[in-house]
Amino acid sequence: MTQLDLIRNFSIVAHIDHGKSTLADRLIQMTGTVAARDMKAQMLDSMDIERERGITIKANTVRIEYPAKDGKTYILNLIDTPGHVDFAYEVSRSMRAVEGSLLVVDASQGVEAQTLANVYHALDAGHEIVPVLNKIDLPAAEPDRVKQQIEDVIGLDASNAIPISAKSGLGIPDVLEAIVTRLPAPKGDRDAPLKAMLVDSWYDAYLGVVVMVRIMDGVMRRSDRVKMMQTGAAYGIDKLAVLKPQMVDIDELGPGEIGVFTASIKQVRDTRVGDTITHERKPCAEALPGFKPAQPVVFCGLFPVDAADFEPLREAIEKLSLNDASFSTEMETSAALGFGFRCGFLGLLHLEVIRERLEREFDLDLITTAPSVVFKLYMKDGEVRDLHNPADMPDLTYVDHIEEPRIKATILVPDEYLGDILKLCQERRGIQLDLSYAGSRAMAVYDLPLAEVVFDFYDRLKSVTKGYASFDYVISEYREDFLVKMSILVNDEPVDALSMMVHRDRAEARGRSMVEKLKELIPRHMFKIPIQAAIGARVIARETLSAMRKDVTAKCYGGDATRKRKLLDKQKAGKKKMRQFGKVEIPQEAFISALKMDS
Amino acid sequence: MPVSHTDFGIYLHWPFCQSKCPYCDFNSHVADAVDQKKWASAFEQEISRLADEVGPRLVKSIYFGGGTPSLMHPDTVDRILLAIRRHFSLKNDVEITLEANPTSVEVGRFIGYRDAGVNRVSMGFQALNDVDLRALGRLHTVASALAALESARTVFDRISFDLIYARQHQSLKSWEDELRMALDLGPTHLSLYQLTIEDGTAFAQRFNAGALRGLPGEDLAVDLFNTTQELCDANGLPAYEVSNHARSGQESVHNQIYWRGGDYLGIGPGAHGRITMNGNRFATTSPKAPGAWLASVLGSGSGEEDRECLSAMEWAEEIVLMGLRTAEGIDLSHIQKLTGKKIDLRQLVGLKDLGLLHQEGDQIRTTLQGRLVLNGVIREVAGLLV
Ligand SMILES: Nc1nc2c(ncn2[C@@H]2O[C@H](COP(=O)(O)OP(=O)(O)OP(=O)(O)O)[C@@H](O)[C@H]2O)c(=O)[nH]1
Ligand SMILES: C[S@@+](CC[C@H](N)C(=O)[O-])C[C@H]1O[C@@H](n2cnc3c(N)ncnc32)[C@H](O)[C@@H]1O
Ligand code: SF4
Ligand SMILES: [Mg+2]
Repeated sequence: MTQLDLIRNFSIVAHIDHGKSTLADRLIQMTGTVAARDMKAQMLDSMDIERERGITIKANTVRIEYPAKDGKTYILNLIDTPGHVDFAYEVSRSMRAVEGSLLVVDASQGVEAQTLANVYHALDAGHEIVPVLNKIDLPAAEPDRVKQQIEDVIGLDASNAIPISAKSGLGIPDVLEAIVTRLPAPKGDRDAPLKAMLVDSWYDAYLGVVVMVRIMDGVMRRSDRVKMMQTGAAYGIDKLAVLKPQMVDIDELGPGEIGVFTASIKQVRDTRVGDTITHERKPCAEALPGFKPAQPVVFCGLFPVDAADFEPLREAIEKLSLNDASFSTEMETSAALGFGFRCGFLGLLHLEVIRERLEREFDLDLITTAPSVVFKLYMKDGEVRDLHNPADMPDLTYVDHIEEPRIKATILVPDEYLGDILKLCQERRGIQLDLSYAGSRAMAVYDLPLAEVVFDFYDRLKSVTKGYASFDYVISEYREDFLVKMSILVNDEPVDALSMMVHRDRAEARGRSMVEKLKELIPRHMFKIPIQAAIGARVIARETLSAMRKDVTAKCYGGDATRKRKLLDKQKAGKKKMRQFGKVEIPQEAFISALKMDS
Repeated sequence: MPVSHTDFGIYLHWPFCQSKCPYCDFNSHVADAVDQKKWASAFEQEISRLADEVGPRLVKSIYFGGGTPSLMHPDTVDRILLAIRRHFSLKNDVEITLEANPTSVEVGRFIGYRDAGVNRVSMGFQALNDVDLRALGRLHTVASALAALESARTVFDRISFDLIYARQHQSLKSWEDELRMALDLGPTHLSLYQLTIEDGTAFAQRFNAGALRGLPGEDLAVDLFNTTQELCDANGLPAYEVSNHARSGQESVHNQIYWRGGDYLGIGPGAHGRITMNGNRFATTSPKAPGAWLASVLGSGSGEEDRECLSAMEWAEEIVLMGLRTAEGIDLSHIQKLTGKKIDLRQLVGLKDLGLLHQEGDQIRTTLQGRLVLNGVIREVAGLLV
């Protein structure tokens, strides 16, 4: 058991790439938690995809011991969090388990959109915040200017922000001291009934479901029987441990401590993040307020390229969702693409990550359909339906009106690009809520339809600002707008996988760009093919793909028979990558590429 | 052993040329000195080896292709033909063709080939325009080509020549004029190939670098093809295959063995063969490098590389992709017998409606328009086999 005043719990938060994971490395290293020979860069980022992309996707916790200058040894629980907006949920829930935050700001970049967002989350959670100016080893670092910016933009006292280089280790001792002197110790009553917060859970191939808890009151011991207050399920604890970062068994966890247990829980889905865990026999009176589960906001269809891969895809999706409760799936059939799954994600990066893991870890070839948001259909009979898939759009005569999700987006950008940003937001049906300046940076706050953002808003933002803009959003509300379903017809056959919901005013432009792209993407056939975009029966854009006029090999002798046969075989294999629509074959890339917008 | 009734031909590949033409992807090499006696022995050995294997056959055609077979010494040709006669029976009207390059022939040589048994020559003219001949990297001129034709005529009854069209900067009008000029020479057989940019050639390199300008676009290429058909038809030389035209009865027996799915021995570097034995169809290949082939024949006693036994499906596919090139087309009942699967004729309706295919009973053939998009037609028909 550890005395409360010798415990400090904190999260490390920052904008993407500002150095959270590298700082975590240094804290782990300098406290000798991990032997030097076992250290590796961003060591908490354990997933392949995290290591490859150099990003953190999942929050990670480590317990370290720090002998402070006051002569006492403290237990520090640090949570390294992801920076990308898709995983903001990981950050906010991690914050509920701790009392303070290290706010890392890259001194060569300054305050960015997620810096701001994280400060708000931290203040919401009632955190003490210690600002840390990272990367001061870089020639471009301007710690003084960034300090000023923190005060101006965030309104946080930055006078004792700690300048460090997480890379070289400079300033790390100051950070460790600040953690014990400036962050509060946790509170809690050791003698009260057990009250623990379920912070996270994941699936481990050897141990099954692992549950991470923060003890608020009472004591959790190995072989205790505990109960989850929301689900009502009770379990006997098999293993109790702390993460260093590998599991080290421990006999008990007292108030203020963070640790993990296993208890023959079958699925991650059986655990609810934010749930309160107590003793079955002597429960606590009141549950913790809990928190809302992460809601998928972007949906798309995932189909196997080879129809025979449906079963492997089903198994792969099942395995991944074991470990990722924020990813929802449902069977889907498409006339165009056959059997597949409609999946929900936290955002586009999340979608990309899951897709990549399915392809790589399970060796699958997938077709992804256009990402879509969830529209609310208000039917004339009073029913309200969630529309996850434009293909499911009912006949308009039954629909009274349609609402779409709106977001509040915060964009930080150097002055010179502001014009481009305003234009981009305008194009995407944005409404300006606020515009302010801090030094040479502008901060624009926009109300935008999420549907306009899930396509390629982020890519466009990066390209028009050469990567200098940062972006963060929260979903604000559902609002009615003039939304219609646009269908795409190829050779007069509707292609369900290409239909989409669009704003009526943008339909012509989107339709035009879709049919033009498809004209490039569909190979010519021996007959001409009309490609149309339509709203209901009304065609709003049309292109015609001309017929192939000449496709013949001039000379063919005895020796060419083999060559031509091999070519035919190759074409047969290529045909597998095509989808048949009536008489027309559409290559799979068309489904992906057609949906990337460039206007 | 009874004589097999499958049409049977022998192809012999002479892999040497005086220089390499920039558009050419044939297995041809420029060599300083060729020990023709050694080569003749190698050909003799291969003929004997294969004859033992395939058993008695009635030879309908022999073809010396290249490369430039007119660089072969008449004695070399003679030894080879003698060896063939020793091991096989030849049909009375056997066709024996030799490809001749206008730079490397004079009357004396033609007589030597004729005396050895050659009765047909195929001459590589490629263009009847000196500027274009140079652009094609050819060493001869129009005048020397015409002179070669004159001397060939004094020796042979059956003469064909090749032209390449759809060349750089070639207008419809200029090709029309050139083709008229060719037809005025009174040929009984013509091979008219649209220029193809073949991978690995000098032209391909230039093309990929964007330096091969003035090639016709699709529309012009179609017009060039159609005009070619019209002019040849009007002059009594209809196409009997995509690029081959002949007066009735003057079609190349040899090429028809390929297109009709007959048997042929492929002898020489890089040569391919098809042999049917006991109901199995074998595809043979040989090492492409001249030195490697020669060493293999003289060393290990065989110039063959891999031999593949075609599945019924592959066999049927070859019949489709070769047969649809011809004006006579293919017999589907023959294919159905091979694969044991019934072809649903209703599935040909699309191609018929588009005017690309003609069908009467089990007989199908491509129309002229169908031959222009032959690769697509082949894909569809081959798709019906499975
Ligand atoms: N020069 C310099 N580079 C640093 C420093 N700290 C981190 N970096 C580099 O910055 C990049 C991002 O570092 P990470 O620690 O992965 O950043 P992060 O904040 O965890 O990133 P996400 O988890 O993706 O949000 C890496 O290339 C680090 O090597 C520093 O002090 N100086
Ligand atoms: C084996 S080659 C030539 C025989 C002989 N060596 C000659 O060049 O005169 C047969 C014919 O194929 C044609 N040919 C070769 N390469 C070609 C190409 N890239 N495109 C079109 N026709 C080609 C030429 O007409 C050539 O005469
Ligand atoms: S076209 Fe004829 S001469 Fe020219 S390289 Fe090819 S085979 Fe040799
Ligand atoms: Mg990280």
